[in-house]
Amino acid sequence: MSTTSLQGGDVLPTQTYHVTRADLVRYAGASGDFNPIHWSDRIATSVGLPGVIAHGMFTMALAARALDTWAGAPGRVRELACKFTKPVVVPDDDEGVTVVVNGTVKDVTDDAAHVSLEVTCGDVKVLGASKAVLAR
Amino acid sequence: MPVDGSLAGRTFPPTDPYEVSREKIAEFARATGFVYAGQAAPATFPIVVAFAAMNALMNDPETGISLHRVVHGEQRFSYTRPVQPGDRLTATLTVETLRQIGVADIIGTRSEITDAEGAHVCTAFATLVHRGED
Repeated sequence: MSTTSLQGGDVLPTQTYHVTRADLVRYAGASGDFNPIHWSDRIATSVGLPGVIAHGMFTMALAARALDTWAGAPGRVRELACKFTKPVVVPDDDEGVTVVVNGTVKDVTDDAAHVSLEVTCGDVKVLGASKAVLAR
Repeated sequence: MPVDGSLAGRTFPPTDPYEVSREKIAEFARATGFVYAGQAAPATFPIVVAFAAMNALMNDPETGISLHRVVHGEQRFSYTRPVQPGDRLTATLTVETLRQIGVADIIGTRSEITDAEGAHVCTAFATLVHRGED
């Protein structure tokens, strides 16, 4: 795929990503975000969360990964935005959870494609108002 | 403890320059599942630099912010160009808005990320939700 072939109304291929506690630990190290709500159930529940949650920025990175796949090349993202509407709760087990990223091309101009994203985990929408602009 | 109301409008000093190595981008790419072949960093990579600026805000004892009470509400990036290996990046954070909803403080921040020449690379807008004690 490439961004020049994108057309308004295109439904982009669904991207599915598996997330475990180990991914959160790896992301904490790579990003420098060591907030304990992303690795300690004790701290997470003490502030009212159901348990350890994924970094919002980890989930957003998965959305960016889907965009690179759809764009067919890295470095095409000009705008990227989302709200972290529901936490991605990642249990301390071997299975983890699955994050699903869907995208629709809203419209295209000479130099940009506007993409609306839908990011879910277990049928719950975890990112809201998620959208991106890709350079064409 | 509520967040210090005088934070709104405050711009923090620029972060120390961050040298972007190919290895650091590769580490970030591996952690998020990207296939990294050596050029443009994943789109959310600038959060590494913006996070240093946000940490300065959250670690400032005068702001009344405790890291474990912070959750990320919203994030937006606007890019002039992707981050590349060899970039030397600085983030300058401004607290744009501060409002209270119940026991939570909603902190709107903007971090301008520039390169060694001072040219704009990316602006990272982060909304942080600080959950107060019930």
